[in-house]
Amino acid sequence: MTPRRKRLLVVLGIFGGVSAAVALAVVAGRQNISFYYVPSQVALGKAPIDKQFRIGGLVMQGSVRRKPGDLTVHFVLTDYAHQVPVKYTGVLPDLFREGQGIIAHGQMGPNGVFVADQVLAKHDSKYMPPAMAAALKKNARFKPTT
Amino acid sequence: MPWFFVVAAGMIGYGLVDGLVFAPPDYQQGDAFRIIYVHAPSAWLSLFSYSTMAFAGAVALIWRIKVGYAVAAAAAPIGASFTLAALVTGSLWGRPMWGTYWAWDPRLTSELILLFLYFGVISLRQAFEDPARGDRASALLGIVGFVNVPIVHFSVYWWNSLHQGGTVMRLGKPEMPGSMLWPLLAMLCGFMFFFGAVLCMRVRGEILLRERQATWVREAVQA
Repeated sequence: MTPRRKRLLVVLGIFGGVSAAVALAVVAGRQNISFYYVPSQVALGKAPIDKQFRIGGLVMQGSVRRKPGDLTVHFVLTDYAHQVPVKYTGVLPDLFREGQGIIAHGQMGPNGVFVADQVLAKHDSKYMPPAMAAALKKNARFKPTT
Repeated sequence: MPWFFVVAAGMIGYGLVDGLVFAPPDYQQGDAFRIIYVHAPSAWLSLFSYSTMAFAGAVALIWRIKVGYAVAAAAAPIGASFTLAALVTGSLWGRPMWGTYWAWDPRLTSELILLFLYFGVISLRQAFEDPARGDRASALLGIVGFVNVPIVHFSVYWWNSLHQGGTVMRLGKPEMPGSMLWPLLAMLCGFMFFFGAVLCMRVRGEILLRERQATWVREAVQA
């Protein structure tokens, strides 16, 4: 074996070993690395109900309720399989709308309502001009959330 | 090399004007989406520079080609700058859109680790008295750290993340109409050419510095 070949194998070996180690760690910690749980995981008891966690889903159409003269807002998060009601007091991000993806951080209340202390809006990877969104809405092939 | 700068300036110039002035606003984000014209190319180049650096280091380490170390050393600070630019622009966009400057999201965290890897590679090179050992150690760190590059890219697909998936760098059609896409692609190519030009310039300086004892350098300096 030439020294060059040996060095190639050593470098590949080190890289392969580190990749394997990282891959194993990633697979083992898959759930911990995820930023949020979806409502189905909460319903199936896979979310840490007794601790603080993040829950992500779509704001259900027609579920947003506000009290007049108060910043408290109630809404329901859904992943089309299960729903979780959420209560939040504070300023909502610009992108918060019905049908929009939202991530709420907080804790499950005793009555099954998730009490959030932070609400983040998730943006999808679609970009389009307003005129195009309006045209698509007309054709009803795509449902923009404005 | 001057041609690289000319092409880069042309494409970035077109991309900036078309992207910031003529492209239509987004239907949800309004004008705030325009930060993508700097953010996405910076983020892409942060990974591309890292790949270049790791590849150059591997070539130098395996085939004992000294220019490889010079290329790796020259690429590191450029890549670190792109990474920082991507993190800062993303953070500025995240505040109004997501509602927070920073979140410990898989994409954001892995990009931050990428920045620290760049810092590690840069400082490890200078930590040795013997420059040859510093070169070898930092090349090895660069290669090992390359594990992080696919993690940054695929983090948005592997895990539930706050960061959205790719709009352009994905399988299938880009999720963006041409009027928004063309300036973005121009910015991307412009950034690539800019990287190429700056890399050539820095490699030249790096080689002159490394070969300062060589007769050809002395002759070139005196001439």
